[in-house]
Amino acid sequence: MSLAADNPATGRSPGTFRRRLRAAEPYGYVAPGLLVVALVMLVPLAVGISFSFQNYVIFRPASRGWSGFENYAEIWSDRTFWLALSNTAKWTFWSVAFQLGLGLGLALILNKPFFGRAVFQSLVFLPWAVPTFLSGLNWQWLYNPLVSPLPAALAAVGVLDEPRNILSDPDLALWGPITAMIWWGVPFFAITLLAALRSIPSDLYEAAAIDGATPWQAFRHITVPFLLPMITITILLRTVWVANSPELIFVMTEGGPANSSQTLPNYVFTSAYSSMNFGYASALATVLMVMLVIYSVLLLWVRGRLGR
Amino acid sequence: MRAVTGTALWLVRLLYLAFALFPLLWLLRIALTPDEILYREGTTLWPSRTTLANFAYVIEESPFPVFFANTIVVALGTAAAVTLLAAGIGYAFSRFRFRGKSALMVFLVITQLFPIVMVITPLYQLLAPIGLVDTRIGLILVFTAFNLPFAAFLMHSFYEGIPAELEQAAMIDGCTRFQALVRIVLPLMLPGIGATVGFVFTAAWSELLFSLMLITSESKKTFAVGLLGFVGKSGVDWGQMMAAATLALIPPAIFFTLIQKYLVGGLTAGAVKA
Repeated sequence: MSLAADNPATGRSPGTFRRRLRAAEPYGYVAPGLLVVALVMLVPLAVGISFSFQNYVIFRPASRGWSGFENYAEIWSDRTFWLALSNTAKWTFWSVAFQLGLGLGLALILNKPFFGRAVFQSLVFLPWAVPTFLSGLNWQWLYNPLVSPLPAALAAVGVLDEPRNILSDPDLALWGPITAMIWWGVPFFAITLLAALRSIPSDLYEAAAIDGATPWQAFRHITVPFLLPMITITILLRTVWVANSPELIFVMTEGGPANSSQTLPNYVFTSAYSSMNFGYASALATVLMVMLVIYSVLLLWVRGRLGR
Repeated sequence: MRAVTGTALWLVRLLYLAFALFPLLWLLRIALTPDEILYREGTTLWPSRTTLANFAYVIEESPFPVFFANTIVVALGTAAAVTLLAAGIGYAFSRFRFRGKSALMVFLVITQLFPIVMVITPLYQLLAPIGLVDTRIGLILVFTAFNLPFAAFLMHSFYEGIPAELEQAAMIDGCTRFQALVRIVLPLMLPGIGATVGFVFTAAWSELLFSLMLITSESKKTFAVGLLGFVGKSGVDWGQMMAAATLALIPPAIFFTLIQKYLVGGLTAGAVKA
């Protein structure tokens, strides 16, 4: 790296000024971007967290002031919070689990050559290019028995008792946004896992075949260990993105009917912009963030142990 | 046996294709269906008559062309700014060892955990006094910050696929590091730059919440907000809305189709080196 730092030909080291300049060089490359991130993300985040310790309702400016942990105490006894929390877990788990399963399957399919593969790849990746909320509107439409064959098809295979709209059924409503999320997110898993599959040296498989390994053994002992680091990092990213994303629920069910599909980010959004209670909304968001931090630390710790 | 597995594989491929494309085809089908038979022939696979009237309305009479132009400006501006800044961060991560590097990488991962819903209000209050609320520049600034961390990792992965010896040779020949970066490395990075631009363009094109909260004037709305306006209106015209949605899909679909194979290639290069 340091080409001229200690030039043996001249026997002189460059001046301290130039050495300092060279040491500062990497910071020059990262500084502009970091400045933008710090100003636009960190500062508002700190302000947002400070809201969570305040009594801050837009309609009642006179009563604004520090309130300690009052908002958090209120969360503890808020039944909608606990419902939204369990819905968020369900929404995130099933969305990510199906995306992982289908994305891995798709990556395995795309890793083997077949007729028309390039066209197939660009077509199956297309949902990722669809704006999230648009896929929400699209699926909302698809679940409407008046204008879509999907409910009838679901009834025909026995998933539904009759062709009706699952979005208005409290027991099933959350599955509407979940399917939209799965549909939209499978390509991201497929892209990252396909990249990981391509980076596995092919001579490993050749050696395994010579040693008489079955395809399943090769998959189990070569493919899976090579994929694991990429799988965990993709799961981590997708989990926090999905858990934090209110768009699909906001567009498709607005958390209803009767909060049955309410998730935390959507509850934060409605608390902030329908009830205009910014203090409470910020406390909810802080709780969500702390849980995601704990989850990420745990997952990275597991990844570190698996790597050894 | 081989023929059976072959057929089964094709069946699986076709199922994937149907799952990915059916919702999009349905979008197009609704957009092409004349209003008067929309509900009568709601569940048939293809309507007995089709019309382009919905598209004509959206292009000629609705404010969508303005929304469309706004979204293009914002998405391209964001993609350019993010790629430029990510090129710097990714380069430093790939080629330098420096104090605080791993802390910075961890910080960028942590930014992905921030709930967007929490920062919208504080951002509004910070941007309002400096005149950046209800402007396209303000939106570009916000999108840039939120897309930068992932893009920086993407660019890092692409740099890892390019041997450092190339620029070292150029520096021995008398180039400064910056000249070597601009003249030698970046031209080789074109697929990676394309992939990053495309990825960020797609994300910025789709953004809803910030656009909803930060933009108020009709003339500056992005199409996401405009489309949601359709839903809010009493007596939603689904055909028109779906026509607008179909048109809104075209730019990101083109962009993403062009770059998706570079995205896979670049991530592969990063994975080999890492």
